[in-house]
Amino acid sequence: MTHAQGGYYLPSPSHWPLVGSIGLFLTTFGFALNPNDPTFLMYIGLAIIAYMMFGWFGTVIRESEGGLYNDQVDRSYRWGMMWFIFSEVMFFAAFFGALFYARQLALPWLNGEGNNAMTNEILYNGFQAVWPTDANGPANVGGDYKIIEAWGIPALNTLILLSSGVTVTWAHWGLKKGNRGQLILGLLATVILGFTFVGFQAYEYIHAYTEMNLTLGSGIYGSTFFMLTGFHGLHVTIGAIMLTVMLLRSMKGHFTADNHFAFEAAAWYWHFVDVVWLGLFIFVYWL
Amino acid sequence: MSEHGPEKGIKRWLFTTNHKDIGTLYLWFSFIMLLVGGAMAMVIRAELMYPGMQVVNPNFFNMMTTMHGLIMVFGAIMPATVGMANWLIPMMIGAPDMAMPRMNNWSFWILPFAATMLVLPMFMGGDFLAGQGPAFGWTFYEPLSGQYDNLAFFIFAVHLLGISSIMGSINIIATILNLRAPGMTLMKMPMFVWTWLITAFLLIAVMPVLAGAVTMMLTDKYFGTSFFDAAGGGDPVLFQHVFWFFGHPEVYIMILPAFGIVSQIIPTFARKKLFGYSSMVYATAAIAFLSFIVWAHHMYTVGMPVAGELYFMYATVMIAVPTAVKVFNWTATMWRGAMTFETPMLWAVAFVFLFTIGGFTGLMLGVAPSDFQYHDTYFVVAHFHYVLVTGALFALIGGVYYWLPKWTGNMYDEKLGKLHFWLSVISVNVLFFPQHFVGLAGMQRRVPDYAVQFADWNFWSSIGGFVFGLSQLLFMYIVIKTIKGGEKASDKVWDNPEGLEWTVPSPAPYHTFETAPEIK
Ligand code: HEM
Ligand SMILES: [Cu+2]
Repeated sequence: MTHAQGGYYLPSPSHWPLVGSIGLFLTTFGFALNPNDPTFLMYIGLAIIAYMMFGWFGTVIRESEGGLYNDQVDRSYRWGMMWFIFSEVMFFAAFFGALFYARQLALPWLNGEGNNAMTNEILYNGFQAVWPTDANGPANVGGDYKIIEAWGIPALNTLILLSSGVTVTWAHWGLKKGNRGQLILGLLATVILGFTFVGFQAYEYIHAYTEMNLTLGSGIYGSTFFMLTGFHGLHVTIGAIMLTVMLLRSMKGHFTADNHFAFEAAAWYWHFVDVVWLGLFIFVYWL
Repeated sequence: MSEHGPEKGIKRWLFTTNHKDIGTLYLWFSFIMLLVGGAMAMVIRAELMYPGMQVVNPNFFNMMTTMHGLIMVFGAIMPATVGMANWLIPMMIGAPDMAMPRMNNWSFWILPFAATMLVLPMFMGGDFLAGQGPAFGWTFYEPLSGQYDNLAFFIFAVHLLGISSIMGSINIIATILNLRAPGMTLMKMPMFVWTWLITAFLLIAVMPVLAGAVTMMLTDKYFGTSFFDAAGGGDPVLFQHVFWFFGHPEVYIMILPAFGIVSQIIPTFARKKLFGYSSMVYATAAIAFLSFIVWAHHMYTVGMPVAGELYFMYATVMIAVPTAVKVFNWTATMWRGAMTFETPMLWAVAFVFLFTIGGFTGLMLGVAPSDFQYHDTYFVVAHFHYVLVTGALFALIGGVYYWLPKWTGNMYDEKLGKLHFWLSVISVNVLFFPQHFVGLAGMQRRVPDYAVQFADWNFWSSIGGFVFGLSQLLFMYIVIKTIKGGEKASDKVWDNPEGLEWTVPSPAPYHTFETAPEIK
């Protein structure tokens, strides 16, 4: 049994962490055995991780609904979520860093800037660093490609994500007022917008791969483009799943006007992917 | 009552949510890794004892240096500091446990799996002695590392280690910020807690960047991207920038908790308050801040615009200022103190002397034009072993002696502890001091053979290495002996130590501070 003692809340021993570790191990082991064609172990591992998430989060939800958590636990979760999001910011920072480095330093150097005239003259004669078209490098890795223009689907996606930020806030207001209808409607709209975004993104990827010859292999342009938008898309998907869970919980009557941190955590996360997208739109698609 | 004591058998360790159990797991895990990494170091020293090739083939040698470095950094030092944090932080701030006990368990139980992913490739090629595991150096520079067949195992090992570190750090920050007993204001926290608060911040900031670096390696190797490939418009030097953006803060991640431990030990045995407590806090924060903006001092010889070299040089040598503040504070704490030299104090004093040597060589390396001479020589090896072995590791060992009576309820054997100290401190200097000389004379690191002119010092270095390695078995013996029994420790253990952990019984009960203590 979980027990609260002297005002503190202490969970009892749990098998979920170990299950999660085994899941992580099988996933990575199964993948690493053959990265280009992952073995079935990876899928077993992923299934175990999903099982662990259901079990572990299920326990937390039951404890929370059972009134076991006090303000202190709530604050711990808040700190935890904040720092988790900060770690995600730093993860994206690595890829944004790679993008800026390539555009501002690596490509100009290959072009002969600074003291690199000989690099260009002898190694890569004739290479011109123009972003994006010649940016698949001196060897024209992956061949010629076309780029996705900012003012088509990406602009639409910007609009979609920004509106979803509004709808989730509107849902939050509903929750705080005790208006469950508004909460559910707002969340539903957010989830729909979120998955629409992912759908557009998928469409764009297919288009890029099949018709524009823009792939992961299109030199540094394709590398940074897909790495940044891909990890962002993954995070949007995760965020949308989180919000879906919040939607289902709201429909089951979970959360009260002043006790709903899970909802807020999902909303924070959603705003985070929103902000990352703005960075992407500006630096990957537009400029 | 089962709610108040530990569970029985193996389940206690697998499913535990108790910070002391988890701390113990971390500490034993790191000690096993210390022995594994140590065994690899013995292979390295055996090969380098004489010029010429005699013990292993060059590839195996490279695999040993690589795995030694990775295992010591990620398997031994880092988990040991987290183990200390688990045991001590809740007791020091008057909390019942860590803020998120289940996640705490997960942070630990990822580690054995990560270690498995890391060492497995050594055995996967079929011929172990051919050295088919990672052999690209612990810094795994591209494009060399990209040539390696089982790279994905290495990459995922790093990912798992990162997940573990990030969760552990989030837990530590939440605990410190949220679970302090009433009255325990931030500026009343023990130095160890402060150093870990800042370390946890560093970890959360840089582990994701490392994850990004290895992810780019993964896609470069298996999915056709060109991040580190000039032919595709990328740049191998980019790898070094991303790696060292992680790597330099990482060295502070290993040393800050050690600073904290030493700051706890010295006042106890000098019988004075820690000199300049608040300046210690600010110096730690300053070091952490500076550690983010100096990374390219590892890359002076790689080729950077001169402005870059100058900037990174000035920023780097600035770290000497807050570091010196700490060293002076420790010295001032001892000044005119009523000092005694029990084993923990011996390690702490040795730390102050020997870490400072490492700091000075760091300064020499930080000056770009002189680093052109020293880079990739044994001088660098000597530098980082002074800061990491006689720095981080010495502080950790001292900390184990200092708190072991509180953990186990028994005093360790003082005679054996002193013997362990003197064997270690003499041998470690025989091991690493000559490496300054051969390094300055031009002996390269990461090469299994060397010119005969370096033979004498390498011989002595190897002798020192073997003695140092064997001495650590004595450490294991002493610790096990203390766990099994010995003279009963009092609650205070030492003369008049400061801190809440000394107000609870020895051994500390399974749950401490179920109701918050009053802090005056
Ligand atoms: C006074 C502060 C310090 C300064 C100015 C400093 C400076 C440097 C420089 C410039 C290098 C690069 C040398 C080269 O490769 O040519 C270096 C290497 C290194 N330092 Fe320090 N350092 C300091 C403190 C520390 C501390 C406290 C640690 C760890 C606890 C540390 C760990 C390392 C390591 C591991 C390397 C070698 C990395 C490799 O494998 O190439 N240093 N240091
Ligand atoms: Cu450094």
